[in-house]
Amino acid sequence: MIHSLFLINHTGDIFLEKHWKSVIGRSVCDYFFEAREKAVEPENVPPVLQTPHHYLISIYRGKLFFLSVIQTEVPPLFVIEFLHRVADTIQDYFGECSEGVIKDNVVTVYELLEEMLDNGFPLATESNVLKEMIRPPTILRSVVNTLTGASNVGDTLPTGQLSNVPWRRVGVKYTNNEAYFDVIEEIDAILDKSGTTVFAEIQGVIEACVRLTGMPDLTLSFMNPRLLDDVSFHPCVRFKRWESERVLSFIPPDGNFTLMNYHVSSQNLVAIPVYVKQSISFFETGPCGRLDITIGPKQTMGKTVEGLMVTIHMPKAVLSANLTATQGTYTYDLATKVLVWDIGKLNPQKLPNLKGSLTTQAGTPKPEDNPSLNIDLKIQQLAISGLKVSRLDMYGEKYKPFKGVKYLTKAGKFQIYIYMFIFLENLMSYLLFEWLQCVLKHSI
Amino acid sequence: MAYIPVFLFHLVVASLCSPLCGTNNLEVVPAALTVPYVVSTTLRVSNNPVCLSVLRNEDLKEMLESNKESLKLEAMKRVVGLIAKGKNSSELFPAVVKNVASKNIELKKLVYVYLVRYAEEQQDLALLSISTFQRALKDPNQFIRASALRVLSSIRVPIIVPIMMLAIKEAAADLSPYVRKTSAHAIQKLYSLDPEQKEQLIEVIEKLLKDKSTLVAGSVVMAFEEVCPDRIDLIHKNYRKLCNLLVDVEEWGQVVIISMLTRYARTQFTSPWKEGAIFDENNDKTFYESDSEEKKEQTEAKPYIMDPDHRLLLRNTKPLLQSRNTAVVMSVAQLYWHLAPKHEVNIVTKSLVRLLRSHREVQYIVLQNIATMSIQRKGMFEPYMKSFYVRSTDATHIKTLKLEILTNLANEANISTILREFQTYVKSQDKAFAAATIQAIGRCATNISEVTDTCLNGLVLLLSNRDETVVAESVVVIKKLLQTQPTQHSEIIKHMAKLFDNITVPMARASILWLMGEYCERVPKIAPDVLRKMAKTFTAEEDIVKLQTVNLAAKLYLTNSKQTKLLTQYILNLGKYDQNYDIRDRTRFIRQLIVPNEKSGALNKYARRILLAPKPAPVLESAFKDRDRFQLGTLSHSLNVKAAGYQELSDWPAVAPDQSVRNVEVKEWAPLVGKTKKSKSEDKFYSDDEDEKEEEGSESSGSEDSSSSSSSDEGLFLSLFRDCGGLFRVSLQVTTPSFGPVKTYELLHHMTGKGLSAKYHFPRQPCLYQPSMVAVQVILTNSSDHSLEEIHIGDRSPASLNIHCFNTIERLEPEASVTVSMGIDFSDSTQAANFQLCTKEDQFSVSIQPAVGELLMPSTMTEEDFSKEQGKLLGMNETSATITMATANTSSQAIGKQVLSVANVGVVSSSQNNVHRFAGRTVSSGAVVLVSLEQKESCAALLTINTEKSVMASMLLRDLKQALAQA
Repeated sequence: MIHSLFLINHTGDIFLEKHWKSVIGRSVCDYFFEAREKAVEPENVPPVLQTPHHYLISIYRGKLFFLSVIQTEVPPLFVIEFLHRVADTIQDYFGECSEGVIKDNVVTVYELLEEMLDNGFPLATESNVLKEMIRPPTILRSVVNTLTGASNVGDTLPTGQLSNVPWRRVGVKYTNNEAYFDVIEEIDAILDKSGTTVFAEIQGVIEACVRLTGMPDLTLSFMNPRLLDDVSFHPCVRFKRWESERVLSFIPPDGNFTLMNYHVSSQNLVAIPVYVKQSISFFETGPCGRLDITIGPKQTMGKTVEGLMVTIHMPKAVLSANLTATQGTYTYDLATKVLVWDIGKLNPQKLPNLKGSLTTQAGTPKPEDNPSLNIDLKIQQLAISGLKVSRLDMYGEKYKPFKGVKYLTKAGKFQIYIYMFIFLENLMSYLLFEWLQCVLKHSI
Repeated sequence: MAYIPVFLFHLVVASLCSPLCGTNNLEVVPAALTVPYVVSTTLRVSNNPVCLSVLRNEDLKEMLESNKESLKLEAMKRVVGLIAKGKNSSELFPAVVKNVASKNIELKKLVYVYLVRYAEEQQDLALLSISTFQRALKDPNQFIRASALRVLSSIRVPIIVPIMMLAIKEAAADLSPYVRKTSAHAIQKLYSLDPEQKEQLIEVIEKLLKDKSTLVAGSVVMAFEEVCPDRIDLIHKNYRKLCNLLVDVEEWGQVVIISMLTRYARTQFTSPWKEGAIFDENNDKTFYESDSEEKKEQTEAKPYIMDPDHRLLLRNTKPLLQSRNTAVVMSVAQLYWHLAPKHEVNIVTKSLVRLLRSHREVQYIVLQNIATMSIQRKGMFEPYMKSFYVRSTDATHIKTLKLEILTNLANEANISTILREFQTYVKSQDKAFAAATIQAIGRCATNISEVTDTCLNGLVLLLSNRDETVVAESVVVIKKLLQTQPTQHSEIIKHMAKLFDNITVPMARASILWLMGEYCERVPKIAPDVLRKMAKTFTAEEDIVKLQTVNLAAKLYLTNSKQTKLLTQYILNLGKYDQNYDIRDRTRFIRQLIVPNEKSGALNKYARRILLAPKPAPVLESAFKDRDRFQLGTLSHSLNVKAAGYQELSDWPAVAPDQSVRNVEVKEWAPLVGKTKKSKSEDKFYSDDEDEKEEEGSESSGSEDSSSSSSSDEGLFLSLFRDCGGLFRVSLQVTTPSFGPVKTYELLHHMTGKGLSAKYHFPRQPCLYQPSMVAVQVILTNSSDHSLEEIHIGDRSPASLNIHCFNTIERLEPEASVTVSMGIDFSDSTQAANFQLCTKEDQFSVSIQPAVGELLMPSTMTEEDFSKEQGKLLGMNETSATITMATANTSSQAIGKQVLSVANVGVVSSSQNNVHRFAGRTVSSGAVVLVSLEQKESCAALLTINTEKSVMASMLLRDLKQALAQA
């Protein structure tokens, strides 16, 4: 299966390599670098590449490429999923998954990789099992280790691997028993220029942080489980009970984990929390254009919208922006042509507005392409789909745990199409508009 | 300490492999040390790296050889750091290998890492460590055993193959499933090291496949796939077990098992895709809920019945669609795609669409698979069309795939929505993507004739776009579109001619020139003018444009030589001296073809027909068109190239191979039908709808008794019955005390049957079709050299004879045989049932004459009941005779055996040693038949039969007498 793994940073240096079978020379990465160069953006590198003797499957995460070398047929998703699992594990252990962190903890990372695969086949990928074998570093432990020469490799042997609940280790003990659940929902939406929803759906995830003694058996039930259209679970959830009673019944892993992912069907009307009034226009004569954006609350269920941020990818021709914001600050990155307007809290009494002029390169034709406007926002204490947890019960242990549920709504891929108006009869856009009408007429 | 075992081992190795003795020496080391050594970049201490490289190396060596654990550990960490960076540290091998027996676990692990990395390069030295592992293999702790095997098998040193083989064999029989799992991994390693061990390894695999631990299942199937993927016969007996274990196997194992089972199922089951098997497309749920009903319907109306094992696989994989592991979801999706009846495939859609919210790379693979699926089955993804809308933040390859899918999904109903969406894409900043969108519009236009004109007009408008790529792409697509319907588009061609001066992209210019030439008769005035312009710029054009100019010139010369003769000759002259030989070639060819001279041959006459032949329009089709030749979800599918080690998915067999190969002995499989259902719903985390229904059902009725009481079980049972008579026999033996020595009778000899031969026997099961019928199993064998088709039962006599026929057998290959069950109502008489056995061509009259004993079924009663019943059936209803038994038959066991071989009756326990009682009922009318045998002195005995069916009684008496007299 997975033959070798190379970690490559964004400048193209291989800073870690691991082979599970015989050693494969670094030169195999040259094919990847070639593709990397061709793709311009690192995101655009095709995940699956073919070379004369090997196949390369890579993921790009945290400005790093995880490149695996394969020699024979294998489901590509198998490899991709595993590579992401490696990245997740590194993140879990060290708080982030970056070149610096990996270099600092190279031995631990290497030990992890050694345990995760045997002969290229995943062996232990469950975070709990790994943590039993190789303890994640803490400041205290590293101090103690340097003083005493103790190691961060567990001296007990992992038991989780053998049990039928491999995700939970035995003998967990806490003085404060607590279980927290965060219901986080993201709105993915595409709105057209008039504010009509082209497409909207809600993705939800329940992140859990469970610190409970012993082997608790939890049951989480919802007020309105019918909302959930499609779900996927952590392996601990008993699928059967969900099918019959629509409750989540599980023996939780210890610590942080993702309990479930869900999707709220697009049939249900998705509440769009904000509206955007925008106009971006360029003049045919003179190197300038105008931009005017206002944002206001739409369906916020009485909650405040926070962390509001607007990102606009400007046409390449826009040189600079001279704008005034009534609230928040804006930056325009000349290299990437990205305008970011960080607004913060949305005050319904005084709507934030960004207005001003844009300078385009003199002598170039007016930009034709659509800039896209992406919105980022947060609403605390609200699950926009209306999903509510009704209760959490615990069986199997005697103590009373402290329980808590938090809701949060975020904008996921929240995009608004902008149609620019280019003054002084640009025939093109006018004609296209006509064509659009024509299309509609024909097909309706 | 560490040296002693090493030394001992040396002797062992020396005797094991004498040719190596000479080199097997520690003196190799200094040579390795002299290799120049490159220092890592992370040096912090020194200013002089060159000097330090040696120092540091020495320093590491010293540290490794010191007595302090902490120093050793520190050194090993640095060494592993070097390995991680890909730096060579092989010269430290002797120093490192000494620490292999260290007590410190971390140190040991790091040494293992080092060993596995360098053992291949330093084979002789690596041997020093082997004895440590051999010792560890005997350790009482399972983890130590496992890790020893893991490292031992990872050392790629051919000399230790026999040691590895031995270790693997031992570990495969280990009590700990974890060690057995490790041995499954080791199998693959050994195989890649020495493929000659294959046969022995297959034996180990066979053994491990029988393992019931979920821990082992995934790893051993992986080993199977690697070592002997073609040995499908090893799977038969484990098939059901694997299906049932599947939900509890770890996720990576699930992927491997599912893909193996997909291949297996394609070789073992018949296709569920026959027209007959189409159900209501809308309710994909009903199938699961009313399994039993469906089955009944099927038997009556449809020829196709899904093998229960096939159903088992589909049912047990379905819950995995909810897995968090995207690879598992994808593998279930491909399983459904390749194995499920068409109407059931839809259930995977939602899960696949869910995966689109995962990481970019996951999206890429899933979209590729959806693209392939959406070509064949638009309906599957149409409701989710909006999930494939492109976002500006998507990576280019994601965008292209989404576009591909949207184009595949386009139909008359949704084309307006899709075109509106495409509108936005055309104006995207990503020009490559905009170009791809134009291509997509072109495809929609050809596929959906209603919008062809609209699309064409829209594309024409795009010609005035300022972006060159957009214009160029539009021209190319318009060219293709015009070619498909060239009737009245001279306006567009004129328009393009006008734009010609402003278009600089070579491909677009070439396309316009080709259009001019092809339709020059529609634009008689413009075409020569364009040629004139081209004559001016010819030398500055790209090759592709030059070729098309020559082409245009030639066509105009043929149609309008008056105006263009000079121009053409001018262009041909330019072309003659072009730098590019393709253009020179083409020019020479064209000149010979069109300009008549004395040398030009017969071709000249046909010039017009050659150049102006009507050309077939290009077909605009998906790039994913032929990807379905690969199994979905595979690397090969993703690359559209057959990858190394790709296993073809075979076509469905026309006739299912023998199903009974999957049967396992009673103990192992009996719970499968009746009891697993229960236990499964308790033990397993996942189960499907049906289970719950069942559980509820059986709980409410309160009947917990073993087999077929619960109602929804019946469906499964029924089908099991029908298809695997063999299976059922096994479980029946458990529930009823009947004993069935199977006597097989000939129904049709292959000489009379023109190659078709048939044998039958009475399985002595209650017949399921009707209780009044006697179950008969017929084994049909094709001994001819051609396949026989449509084997079925034809006319019967007497006409009133009630027979439940088996389903028509579509096809029976030569040498193949198939077992079918039928039911015959003999009405409690031994009169033969005559009927015709028909094939497509022939009809053969056959008859089944039952022995009287087969018309009975056993009934259980106590001795008391027996006497009571016997009391009611005296006088006329009693037949008795004194018989002489063979001496061999005098034991009660032998008597029982003989009686049961003749008649299908039940044994009644008896308190008297010399009296044996048997009870039964006639199948058809249910009349009680009581047999009692009273042993007199030596071999004589009194045989009494009490029943109201006196004819049967006398016949039964005769048969029993005969049987008991025989030895």
